[in-house]
Amino acid sequence: MPEAASLPLDDPRPPRKLYRSSDGRWLGGVARGLAGHLGLPVVWVRLAFVGLFMADGLGALLYAAFWFFVPLGVGGVGDQRPQSLVGTETSPDGRRRLVARKPDKGQIVALLLMVIVSMVFVGSVNLTGGAKAYLLPAVLVAAGVALVWRQADNARRARWVEVGSRRRTLTLLRAGVGVLLVTAGVSAIFVMQGSAAHLGAVLQAALAVLVGITLLAGPYLVRMTQDLSEERLMRIRAQERAEVAAHVHDSVLHTLTLIQRNADNAGEVRRLARAQERDLRTWLYKPEGTGKDEADEPDTVAEAVRRNAAEVEDKHGVPIEVVVVGDCPLDERTAAQMQAAREAMVNAAKYGGEGGAVQVYAEVEGKTVFVSVRDRGPGFDLDSIPADRMGVRESIIGRMERNGGTARLRAVPDGGTEVELEMERAERTS
Amino acid sequence: MSDATEANGTTGAAERAGAGAGERHVRVVLVDDHRMFRTGVQAEIGQTAQTGVEVVGEAADVDQAVTVITATRPEVVLLDVHLPGGGGVEVLRRCAALLSAAEAPVRFLALSVSDAAEDVIGVIRGGARGYVTKTITGTDLIDSIFRVQEGDAVFSPRLAGFVLDAFASTDAPPVDEDLDRLTQREREVLRLIARGYAYKEIAKQLFISVKTVESHVSAVLRKLQLSNRHELTRWATARRLV
Repeated sequence: MPEAASLPLDDPRPPRKLYRSSDGRWLGGVARGLAGHLGLPVVWVRLAFVGLFMADGLGALLYAAFWFFVPLGVGGVGDQRPQSLVGTETSPDGRRRLVARKPDKGQIVALLLMVIVSMVFVGSVNLTGGAKAYLLPAVLVAAGVALVWRQADNARRARWVEVGSRRRTLTLLRAGVGVLLVTAGVSAIFVMQGSAAHLGAVLQAALAVLVGITLLAGPYLVRMTQDLSEERLMRIRAQERAEVAAHVHDSVLHTLTLIQRNADNAGEVRRLARAQERDLRTWLYKPEGTGKDEADEPDTVAEAVRRNAAEVEDKHGVPIEVVVVGDCPLDERTAAQMQAAREAMVNAAKYGGEGGAVQVYAEVEGKTVFVSVRDRGPGFDLDSIPADRMGVRESIIGRMERNGGTARLRAVPDGGTEVELEMERAERTS
Repeated sequence: MSDATEANGTTGAAERAGAGAGERHVRVVLVDDHRMFRTGVQAEIGQTAQTGVEVVGEAADVDQAVTVITATRPEVVLLDVHLPGGGGVEVLRRCAALLSAAEAPVRFLALSVSDAAEDVIGVIRGGARGYVTKTITGTDLIDSIFRVQEGDAVFSPRLAGFVLDAFASTDAPPVDEDLDRLTQREREVLRLIARGYAYKEIAKQLFISVKTVESHVSAVLRKLQLSNRHELTRWATARRLV
């Protein structure tokens, strides 16, 4: 490959597009890119540009236009690069390094050459006094802008080429020099016109500063923000994807594995599936920032009811459907009510869970908190329970009454039991 | 689930459905993007001879749904809320003309795995006559379908909870209060639905007829659609649902 590539014409690549060369360039890589495109030696192209430059600066204009509009070559320098005529013999292996190292010297030479030629050019041009006063500062400004513009180019290129620290200092240096040049040019305009002290001149100077800054910052900022927002978007997407993947992996896949292992244990499978469903539901439908990482202790009635139901559901493998209307903070009384409700849920799950889901309904209306727990089991009669069994009497009815509430147990017409707990909220102290 | 066997013709269900099959008949279109789910529902309710339900069409996305519904003109559409192409709300929007057709209107029953407030409220406001979750049993689903066919509303307990919440949270009566507020009785009915009671059980509990319960629920639904301007929008905005 390297040997074949050492002869430009042996390396035909049909769909050629004009790029500026990012490798081995002196200024903008225009000459090199053009040479590569046309299959000519770089020196010829450069000489042509210099020659055109002498024709009233046409070359400079042309070069600038190319620099402005032609994109920088993407990575594939080899594709577009004309053969090295930079004074080094083509040796298959070393060539790349030599060429890559050359431009540092070449760029300086080029810049010097540019400055000298422009001096000659400026000197040779006959201009009236007014215009001449602006020329040098304008050239300075142009040079500064060019440097910074090129830097914006580099910012774009930095995505394709890994940026080393050396390059970073170089870009900083370039930007500094560019800004310096622009400032120098602008202040030169200022100083020259200061003595004349015309209002119009000051305005012109101000305009020059504005234009300069816009030219300086505009493209750079545009490219920067484009790059940044695109990058941020990508990062957010990637993060979201990662979060979803992590969650699905942690909980769903895990649960599915457990279900496969317990396939013959219907109760366990149901329990796992219910727990997973609840978890996923919370995760999918809860608004951002609420409940994804719930605090340890619930502090509102709704939260407490849901929490209790979830725990009972997990423990007993009976689905519990919860409907909560309204909400209020937990106080001492309602906390006791929640404990009673939990006990009622446990009972319903234990004795009435065969008939289907246990339904829990909680409503906060004004000062009253109402909870109903209903199952569709065989139903039971409180009077028929031996007096020494304290479950319902103590932990539900007793607890409610001690705290100033009421509890009612009743049989539902079509089978099942319903426990109704009603409690007045404590007087608001806060 | 035990209800699967029930619906497939164990004695109880078969008797019940068999009794009704003679007089009851409804044409249904299934809209759901999961083929497995459609197959399951079809198996559960599709024995026309026993259940009186005839599935005349299926659709997997919004475009298909609109085409199938327009072509077959079913009496009831079982509509999934989450669908490719805009969701159930989009189907409702594009079928708005059929919905309000003077003769043989198409009625929609939302059937979704999601019981999130925004989904529920969205399709109800879109014009669906009912909302049930996919955990519903086969017999209950058949029941709901017939109910919707007759023009009544069917609420799941959770939906009843949302509605109660919406109407309870604002006590300041708006100008045209009778339009938007629920009567004491309607509120009671809703509360019992939220507590998991079936219509029949509510009727027994309140010593009224099932028909009365149904009319109460329909009134609630009407108010729910009418109250866009007041409580519900405010409630929904407060929760960033719309």
